[in-house]
Amino acid sequence: MHELSIALNIVEIAAAEAARHGESAVSAVHVRLGPLSGVVKEALISAFEIAREDSPLAGAELVVEDVPIRFYCRLCRMEVTVASLQAFVCPRCSSPAGDILSGKELEVRSLEIEA
Amino acid sequence: MSGHKTTRLVEVRTKILKENDVAARALRQRFEDEGVFVVSLVSSPGAGKTMFLEQTLLRLRERYRVAALVGDLATENDAQRLARAGVPIRQICTGTVCHLEADMVRTALRDVDTAKLDFLFIENVGNLVCPASYDLGEALRLVLFSVTEGEDKPLKYPTIFNTADICVLTKMDLADVVEFDHASALNSVQAVRPGMQVLDVSAKSGVGMDAWIETLCGRAAR
Repeated sequence: MHELSIALNIVEIAAAEAARHGESAVSAVHVRLGPLSGVVKEALISAFEIAREDSPLAGAELVVEDVPIRFYCRLCRMEVTVASLQAFVCPRCSSPAGDILSGKELEVRSLEIEA
Repeated sequence: MSGHKTTRLVEVRTKILKENDVAARALRQRFEDEGVFVVSLVSSPGAGKTMFLEQTLLRLRERYRVAALVGDLATENDAQRLARAGVPIRQICTGTVCHLEADMVRTALRDVDTAKLDFLFIENVGNLVCPASYDLGEALRLVLFSVTEGEDKPLKYPTIFNTADICVLTKMDLADVVEFDHASALNSVQAVRPGMQVLDVSAKSGVGMDAWIETLCGRAAR
């Protein structure tokens, strides 16, 4: 499981950003997570609880935004969300997913800091 | 307002694996500039990566300059096995880390003149989960799964199959013994990665190995 090392990265990124804002206390870290990132949300949240100990993020909550896997379906001529990870097709016409527009995200989006 | 804390939102927008992505991009550029075709192998433990790689190296070494990096948690057994193929092998012991990262590859290649190679293979740690998150700068990612693992393996680990370019079905010599349902396995692969190329091989009997080498050389020539 690599979620602990990912969680440690999140703490590092967030602590550096908080320091730029005058060491203010961070109350929440918002991350965006796509299913194709290979990171499991529940495991990440548990790992974050360990990673934040003894860090400037000790009081911070991890808020995970799930990003859907989206692609442009040429048959339907519109952007759609894949049916599922186990059915990588258009939910409307079942044609195979083409170039992925989103779903690989693994990023720190924002911090809530106490003003 | 005493006792009330107000919070403000600060935009960050930083990729969590940015360091790995940057290192992988630099490696990919280097490999392209040097003209070396880099292939990584991922699979669960025991799917037959090392045997498949050994047989691949043996077939390529007559005509091409080849080398391999092998990732393993604790032992150097795989490197010792692969050394029998008579090509340069470097072992990456990851310790407790369950996957390879781009920087481990860069470090392992410190004293390897990759410009003098035609093919470089990177065997990842046996794991179908974590390697999916880490780009290694490879040009081609193979995901292997053996006929003894069950036809629905791709459905259980869709992300790794989704990040791979070619699926290699290994241990085909055992297919009948384990009553492997080939059509069902293909359906599983197509469900998680429509259009993915699937190669049937047995590194032990040699079946399918020539077709794989032909596919590999075709991809490298693109």
